[in-house]
Amino acid sequence: MTGAPLLHVEHLTMRFGGLVAVDNLSFEAREAAITAVIGPNGAGKTTVFNCLTGFYPPTVGRLTLTRGGEAGFQLERMEGHRIAREAGIARTFQNIRLFPQMSVLENLMVAQHAELMRASVFSVAGLLGLPGYRAAARGAIDRARLWLDRIGLTERADDDAGNLPYGDQRRLEIARAMCARPALLCLDEPAAGLNARETAGLNALLLEIRETERIGILLIEHDMSVVMGISDHIVVLDYGRKIAEGKPAAMRDNPDVIRAYLGQEHGEAPPC
Amino acid sequence: MTTAATDRETPPFAAAAREAALTAAVALALTGPMIGLHAASQATGLVIETRWPEVAIAVALVFLGRFLLALLGRAFVWPVLAAGLAVAGGGLFVPFPNALLKAVCVAGGLIVALRAALMLVRPRMTAAARAKPALAARWVAPAAGAAMTAFALLLPVMPFADRQLLDLATLVVIYILLGWGLNIVVGLAGLLDLGYVAFYAVGAYSFALLAQYFAFSFWEALPLAGLFAAMFGVLLGFPVLRLRGDYLAIVTLGFGEMIRIVLTNWVALTRGPNGISGIPKPSFFGAPFARSPPEGTEAFHQIFDLAFSPMHRVIFLYYVALTLALLANVFILRIRTLPIGRAWEALREDEIACRALGLNPTSIKLSAFSLGAMFGGIAGCVFAARQSFISPESFSFIESAIILAIVVLGGMGSQIGVVCAAVLLIGLPEWFRELQDYRMLAFGGLMVMIMVWRPRGLLSHRDPTVRLPAARETPP
Amino acid sequence: MEYFLQQLINGLTLGAIYGLIAIGYTMVYGIVGMINFAHGEIYMIGAFIAVIAFAILGPLGGGGVVVALLVVLLVSMLLTAVYGWTLERLAYRPLRGSPRLAALISAIGMSIFLQNYVQLAQGARTKAMQPVITGGIEVMKGETFTVTLSYVQIMIMVLTLALMAGFWTVIARTPLGRAQRACEQDRAMAALLGVDVDRTISLTFVIGAALAAVAGTMVVLYYGVIDFFIGFLAGIKAFTAAVLGGIGSIPGAMLGGLLIGLIEAFWSGYFSIEYKDVAAFSILVLVLIFRPSGLLGRPEVEKV
Repeated sequence: MTGAPLLHVEHLTMRFGGLVAVDNLSFEAREAAITAVIGPNGAGKTTVFNCLTGFYPPTVGRLTLTRGGEAGFQLERMEGHRIAREAGIARTFQNIRLFPQMSVLENLMVAQHAELMRASVFSVAGLLGLPGYRAAARGAIDRARLWLDRIGLTERADDDAGNLPYGDQRRLEIARAMCARPALLCLDEPAAGLNARETAGLNALLLEIRETERIGILLIEHDMSVVMGISDHIVVLDYGRKIAEGKPAAMRDNPDVIRAYLGQEHGEAPPC
Repeated sequence: MTTAATDRETPPFAAAAREAALTAAVALALTGPMIGLHAASQATGLVIETRWPEVAIAVALVFLGRFLLALLGRAFVWPVLAAGLAVAGGGLFVPFPNALLKAVCVAGGLIVALRAALMLVRPRMTAAARAKPALAARWVAPAAGAAMTAFALLLPVMPFADRQLLDLATLVVIYILLGWGLNIVVGLAGLLDLGYVAFYAVGAYSFALLAQYFAFSFWEALPLAGLFAAMFGVLLGFPVLRLRGDYLAIVTLGFGEMIRIVLTNWVALTRGPNGISGIPKPSFFGAPFARSPPEGTEAFHQIFDLAFSPMHRVIFLYYVALTLALLANVFILRIRTLPIGRAWEALREDEIACRALGLNPTSIKLSAFSLGAMFGGIAGCVFAARQSFISPESFSFIESAIILAIVVLGGMGSQIGVVCAAVLLIGLPEWFRELQDYRMLAFGGLMVMIMVWRPRGLLSHRDPTVRLPAARETPP
Repeated sequence: MEYFLQQLINGLTLGAIYGLIAIGYTMVYGIVGMINFAHGEIYMIGAFIAVIAFAILGPLGGGGVVVALLVVLLVSMLLTAVYGWTLERLAYRPLRGSPRLAALISAIGMSIFLQNYVQLAQGARTKAMQPVITGGIEVMKGETFTVTLSYVQIMIMVLTLALMAGFWTVIARTPLGRAQRACEQDRAMAALLGVDVDRTISLTFVIGAALAAVAGTMVVLYYGVIDFFIGFLAGIKAFTAAVLGGIGSIPGAMLGGLLIGLIEAFWSGYFSIEYKDVAAFSILVLVLIFRPSGLLGRPEVEKV
């Protein structure tokens, strides 16, 4: 089912002053697979994302993204916007970061900026309304429509993104990331604040993305129904260190994982 | 409306009077020393002259105004409406020691009456009626734009259009152009630029210096002025655009001041505070506007077989400014719908999300900054041609503040809003020349009042740059 | 060497004045997150009130210079504080929670208004005043140049130090200071915990205005000449000082003020008077590029 290796994280360490947020972490993520990174609060999950997407330069470590046998991108040496554009890593944020005063459709168009910019040739072709640009703009709208249909927001395409209900905003952020045509999609707690029905919808959407787009998905999540329900591989962090990794079923019974979540003396399974 | 529970015990008039008395006491502290005691310079040193009647009237007016507003808050709508109108009307006939107090009395009365009237009207508006403006804006904006353009195009042939009015209209158009330019930077890209006047100055001085040293004509200098200003924008922008909002504001402010200081002190090049005079007016595609043109050229009135009139030149300059402004408008409306325009707005909304989507913030900011600068430069070039004389005095911080006020008062990002605000802030004060002394006072007060009344600007509605077209039938 | 020392003294005096104004900027920025653009005008008003008070006290005579000074200082602080309070109440409080630019425009509008108000009320011409305090100490006598430390300069520095110390105690020790710091961090939470946010913000403006009035009074004593336009440049430089020191940080404002004063004094002493403002701004740009949060400001951590 899962494809070729996509992302290699080797010996990633991130220090903030004296605090070691991520400590010598290595794992890999594959194409057409959902890799979940879990761990108690403060385990360093979001920091891993911030290093991957160029928000912080890591203190130590190699982050390599390899798409379809090409030479890999060394992410730790790239600026954030180049990682997104060239290496093809798109992400969502723990506290949603949409463009609230722009319409839903505009949000999806901004995600296709690089392509449209190329077609508009420094805006000159765009200003003149040349056919090449118009075709590209139509293509971008079609792609946006495809994703709007998938997340069920077609009706609200012209409304301000900031006026959408919370759950819709979460889905729109995923659609926006997908419009950027990523090779790796990083989702930072996509189920936070969703109700049970919305969570089930999210699971279906992520599985659909995995099947149809065959891209890698890296997922930070606390909601075990999401993690256990859809991930192919789980990496468990605690205090910045990897304490376990493997298939969901194996993680459920792993004593280290249980200890990290519930403390020493409990022997029960982690919340499912 | 806001009647507090405690007010039930005290009669409303007494409570309102107490509120008003407190406000009046503050007003006395404010006006007493500053207006009541005038430190006049005399040979023997400073001598105090008193002006107590003015203070008394000012404090009384404040008391009355606060009292009426306090009553309004206690739902005495009709009496307050009547009293407000009475005060305004009375103010017109009662003699005042100076015109300002009269104006304050009349305007204050009208404002109180207006607020009372609004309270009468508001509850009658249904929710649907209030929602309507948003829907209507979709066709109102283009219609209003078209009407304004038509009016602007026909202005010179209107019967009331004299030389003074057209001169003023040209100035208003220059400010509209400046407002639109700055709107790219502040309204769209969300970069707070308090030194926009620097680019205006670069444009004006480019033309003035090119004309003086190399005998460039207006048309030759115009593109260069825009280009120089844009280059300047890139040069300034490169180091400072990484800074966050308020730091950017103060640094741009600093640059604006630095340009003015350099222009003042580099006497060898710019003649310093004396300024540069004799800047040529634009010609009609090579034909000058002169009664007797130089040997070998034909003047405008000769080509069209008209009687010579100095008005031709004024009208032509107005149309030059208007054409440039309209071109700028078309350009900006179009570029807003292009990826770069959307990227500006996205950057204003959330820079971090932009980076995560592969947008390069520096280059996007730089493009907004330099494009805005270019329009500033072009406006400066037209300004130099209108004045024929420029000096560093025309490019002080207050100009930056006025242009920024035009953008923010108009409603950020709104093209028509800029036009309204420019007419309001530049056109109207020039109109009331008699109140010359109080012009800037009213200007500052107006800025505060409009902001308090409408914090998002006069026209703050934003239309999406792209709408989802109805689904096309997919071919089988 | 003597010349250097003299410029140092002049620079420190000027810097103390800038620093006092800068505190007003930095406090307001810290608590409401806006540039109080009209603060320079508040300082100017403080200076005018001081001049008027001196002009009244002058003929009355008696009581000695010290009493007169104290009276003038108190009157100026009190009346200027009313201006600060009114400014916040009329132009800023209605705009709390509005887009930041709205408050900035309102502030610029107020600045224009106050400038013209004073111009209309007191005339556009500069006001010159007989020096109140004369004389000084000869610190060092060189062959060609004598370094003097005037009594006014001593008074300015001592007063500034005393005010700084007092002010520091207020912020660090009193309930008001605690309320202020709480509002700075999270206004909504502070309100929930029973801090009167409106009152705290008003008091911040009042304190800032009173300090600016002290600066205005000192400028009157130091230069003896003022006009309605002095607020603009002093305001910009004081704000520059606040940013240079790290906006929101009170020691930073003082340090920034001193630095700007020194830069200005040395630049005009050794290079050219015309370009002294350019020097101050250039330093600001350099500092911001290499240390974007100012000298003593806490670095802003972007949170994702």
